[in-house]
Amino acid sequence: MNKHLYNVGAILKGLSITLRFMFQRKPTIQYPSVRKQHAPRFHGLHELRRYEDGKERCIGCELCSSACPANAITVIGAENAPDDRRSPGERYAARYEIDELRCIFCGMCEEACPTDAIVLTPRFEMSDFRRGSFIYAKDRLLVPPTGGVGAPPDGRPGGIPADLGGVAETKSTTDVEHGYDATYNGALLKTHRKGLTG
Amino acid sequence: MPVWLIVAIKSAILLLVVVTAFAYAMLAERKIMGWMQLRPGPNRVGPWGLLQPAADAAKLILKEDLAPRTADPLLYRLAPFISLLTAFSVYAIIPFGASSAGTWAIGNVNAGVLFLLAIASLGVYGISLGGWASGSKYPLLGSVRSTAQMISYELAMGLSIVGILLVAGTTSLDGIVNAQQRLWFFIPQFVAFLVYVITAIAETNRAPFDLVEAETELVAGFHTEYSGLRFGLFFIAEYVNMLTVSCIASLLFFGGWDAPFGWTWLPGVAWFLLKVVCFMFFYIWLRATLPRMRYDRLMAFGWKVLLPVATLNVIATAVVIALRG
Repeated sequence: MNKHLYNVGAILKGLSITLRFMFQRKPTIQYPSVRKQHAPRFHGLHELRRYEDGKERCIGCELCSSACPANAITVIGAENAPDDRRSPGERYAARYEIDELRCIFCGMCEEACPTDAIVLTPRFEMSDFRRGSFIYAKDRLLVPPTGGVGAPPDGRPGGIPADLGGVAETKSTTDVEHGYDATYNGALLKTHRKGLTG
Repeated sequence: MPVWLIVAIKSAILLLVVVTAFAYAMLAERKIMGWMQLRPGPNRVGPWGLLQPAADAAKLILKEDLAPRTADPLLYRLAPFISLLTAFSVYAIIPFGASSAGTWAIGNVNAGVLFLLAIASLGVYGISLGGWASGSKYPLLGSVRSTAQMISYELAMGLSIVGILLVAGTTSLDGIVNAQQRLWFFIPQFVAFLVYVITAIAETNRAPFDLVEAETELVAGFHTEYSGLRFGLFFIAEYVNMLTVSCIASLLFFGGWDAPFGWTWLPGVAWFLLKVVCFMFFYIWLRATLPRMRYDRLMAFGWKVLLPVATLNVIATAVVIALRG
């Protein structure tokens, strides 16, 4: 009998808990209309950067490809033609493809890159209906000439400090508060969504 | 106007009201369950998700209507309609209020409570036939469970109502409500009230007694094979049954349309609906709180606790009434 009374008490206690939860604030973020601030060093979609003069940073050295633990990167380098120099060095990336379905977004490519050409942006909305569209080639990875240079990856807040050999200074704290957008304006994804490359 | 036309108009209005009530009971359940689980609940369709029922209905209607090859062709298609028909036909006699012109009901049956119990017993056919006619194992198990569960809990439910009948001295629903003018029956018949509330959950196959559609063991129980509109009909029947047991609880134990403390500034219908809404909330609240019972415990609880308690209540009530003369 005592046990049964105990059970009734337990039910009432449970009811009081659910009733209390009903009036609590909900932690839900209404995602498409309200967006959460990502961490400053969030690893998202890659981009290939340029120098101020518009030349591609990538020199086709394939270090990113060999550093990639997921074998997601394919680079085929080519010699720069004297009359059409794509990059300041001898070589440039004739083809540069990342399979974003293989990519584990670890950022090893970014660390391996000697010229800071490949950088992970905080952009993460990459969903599509075809597997083929997840192979991002230069048409979608390379920043357009008008896209600016962007902040160097080590310059992100929390990056490698200068005394440890880091390159740039940290960006201002307001960038941290408003989320750090290490990329040029987000138009590229939309305009190049249909671009399938072989 | 001829009588049949009046009844037809009344039925049409009531059907519309009950179907709307079903739609928003479902939305309310999803909202309240959501809040209790720290979610906002459906809020994408219309303001505060108020058009969600319409979206759900459109989805269910557009879904493919599948029937397994092994299913009994006639019964499989008939079963949802049996469920729905019994669920709706109860409303033929439920009085929603009273005025000087009479009771607000489609038909005023003097054996109202007996009619209710009879129709409620028929409701089990929809579920058990549907499960059996599906010709597959999980629905069959679900329907066997439902038959056993609903029959055993119906006994205790009937006995709990007998107590009310003894006190009120009538089987007509408006007679029972009128007998509660002085004191609502949940006070003298508190034990019967508890038994009724518990058995009502089991009768409507709601959590924590939703063994019939226990998704952990039986996929979806009796309606595993049903899809589209036929599943929707079962769905409607379940919620309409919930509404029904809430209406009956308000009528039998909480004075129906009788205003408490003489607060007649709200019309009787409003009081009745308010009581029904409270019961509906209670059932949703229970579902959000309690885990499903084990099947053997469910049966043991029904036969070894509820039935003896309800029987003792009937005996005690009868003795008290006999002694008072």
